[in-house]
Amino acid sequence: MSLEKIIFYLFATILVLAALRVITSRNPVHSALYLVLCFFSSAALWILLQAEFLAITLVLVYVGAVMVLFLFVVMMLNINLDVMREGFIKYLPIGITVALISVLEMGIVITGNFTLDKFPAPARKAVDYSNTEAIGNVLYTEYLFSFEIAAVLLLVAIVAAIALTMRKRPNTRSQNPSEQVLVKKSDRLHIVKMDAEEKQS
Amino acid sequence: MIIDMPNLELALPEIFVLGMTCAVLIIDLFLKDKNRIITYLLAQLTLLGAVLITYSQIGSPSTTGFSGSFIRDPMGDILKIFIYVITATVFLYSRDYLRARGQFKGEYYALGLFGVLGMMIMVSAHSFLTVYLGLELLSLSLYSMVALNRDSEVSTEAAMKYFVLGAIASGMLLYGMSMIYGITGSLNVVEIGAYINKNGTSNIILDFGLVFIVVGLAFKLGAVPFHMWVPDIYHGAQTSVTLYIGTAPKIAAFAIIMRILVDGMEALHTDWQQMLTILAVLSLAIGNIVAIAQTNIKRMLAYSTISHVGFLLLGIISARPDGYSASMFYVLVYALMSVGSFGMIILLSRSGFEADTLDDFKGLNERSKWYAFMMLLLMFSMAGVPPTVGFFAKLWVIEAVLNADTDMTWLAITAVLFSVVGAFYYIRLVKIMYFDKPEDDSAITPDVDLKVVISANGILMLALGVYPGALMSICQSVIQ
Repeated sequence: MSLEKIIFYLFATILVLAALRVITSRNPVHSALYLVLCFFSSAALWILLQAEFLAITLVLVYVGAVMVLFLFVVMMLNINLDVMREGFIKYLPIGITVALISVLEMGIVITGNFTLDKFPAPARKAVDYSNTEAIGNVLYTEYLFSFEIAAVLLLVAIVAAIALTMRKRPNTRSQNPSEQVLVKKSDRLHIVKMDAEEKQS
Repeated sequence: MIIDMPNLELALPEIFVLGMTCAVLIIDLFLKDKNRIITYLLAQLTLLGAVLITYSQIGSPSTTGFSGSFIRDPMGDILKIFIYVITATVFLYSRDYLRARGQFKGEYYALGLFGVLGMMIMVSAHSFLTVYLGLELLSLSLYSMVALNRDSEVSTEAAMKYFVLGAIASGMLLYGMSMIYGITGSLNVVEIGAYINKNGTSNIILDFGLVFIVVGLAFKLGAVPFHMWVPDIYHGAQTSVTLYIGTAPKIAAFAIIMRILVDGMEALHTDWQQMLTILAVLSLAIGNIVAIAQTNIKRMLAYSTISHVGFLLLGIISARPDGYSASMFYVLVYALMSVGSFGMIILLSRSGFEADTLDDFKGLNERSKWYAFMMLLLMFSMAGVPPTVGFFAKLWVIEAVLNADTDMTWLAITAVLFSVVGAFYYIRLVKIMYFDKPEDDSAITPDVDLKVVISANGILMLALGVYPGALMSICQSVIQ
């Protein structure tokens, strides 16, 4: 077994185990951390496939930005998972049975049909090959249309998220700084003229 | 390097709809609630403009663009025009309904237009990537439209179910696509077809990918056994949203079946014929039988949708051009019938009252002879009673099955038997309208435009039934 294969199996095993822990761990913070491990292991697999740019983007964007945000949200929301997990044990046997059978069946079909003699391994790229450049060449040309749709998809996600969460609450007492700054003396201070009263003797 | 400028003119309708939708989003921001009608009018204007642009492109030969990921062809043009018209009708029907419930917001129209854009992309998709992105754009808009009614527990639950099941379906579809990509090395529909023709259909991985793709499509269409979400979502969503989900997206679903199974993998037709046959027979059976037990008319129409999906698949199962055009005719007619039927629920609903049970239709004839007649036409058309267009839709699909290369007479007989079963619950509604005493005597007072369009909708069922040839010849000419 070559070194590359050993590294592949190492990272693949970590990936699968971490993915399992994401859905089985009781603490949502742990789940989020295991998800970080998942992304990290997949990034390692991509490097083995010579896709360094994608691997680094995955680490930077997902691990660096998205998951940190995710962790913050999970910590702030204080979700009680025990309520959501009711029935987890009850459905576990049937879930495992179905999953195992599907994995077995899929394994039978796939093994032996994606072998190297049917699909020769792609040639190794030269050392100075840049796949950042390769992606740059096709992203805004060949995949322009798909790229634009993906952008619209994100716009829809923003619109939907705002429409679903923004609520106007009329009875909250919030401050309006601009009005506070513009306030005049006459708005706050009333001078009431009164005749001086004579001192009763 | 030299970069070829893509031919933007091909996607002119898409660009127009996207630009206008963004404009609607921004303009809506500056409107006060009492001027919200401007958002509605702009949305209608967008659809009208899209009809005109797409209409002007009709007749030119089919062209692919954007490096083969996009196709503009006569079939796409016709389907798109129907999508615009149906959506415009949906917007019109739901206007007063939303206003009466304090839900007359810009988001409904913005998300609705984004959904239209998603459907247009699905119709014009020429690579698996575009199919998937268009489907996600549509689905995401639909999930959030269902959830828009935030204060209702039923709607929120429906949105959650829809989202989770939709995500599973997308996962299935993507997995299947990745398998096909692994074998053929391409996402382009034509290149996949060419690969299969050249290398034969014996590779088992092709079938493996195909199974997942068919499962994903069946989930999205709501074919049995992947139909569980349909009744709950139709029932849980507000009628204005059910109206949207139940109509135009079916046309787009037909389009992606045509693009993936027929344009891409027609060489595998003996395989997908078998899979679709199982889906079609089960859909016809479960849809028609379970609908009988429903007392809620939205649930009843949901099960009726499932049975209509069965019919839609029958035409594709025949794997012949006349079958495809029969299916196309069926889906267009179905969208028209369905928009009318849900429109009638909206017509009878008023502020604080949903006319969504069968009892609400009791004695409709005494309350309004004209609307009862319109509902009668729509129900007869759904059931396939001869003078209405639903009869011809069913007739041509069954004829296509009989003409198929392999002997599928049993399938045609099954379809006829179950449509007889189905006729029961449509005609029961007609009986309720004409022979039962009304429980509710409030007058039906819709706005003039709603009155005109819903009447036109009902009469169209009869008119197309008397002259079905025109629409059918269009369907035949765009699918060769």
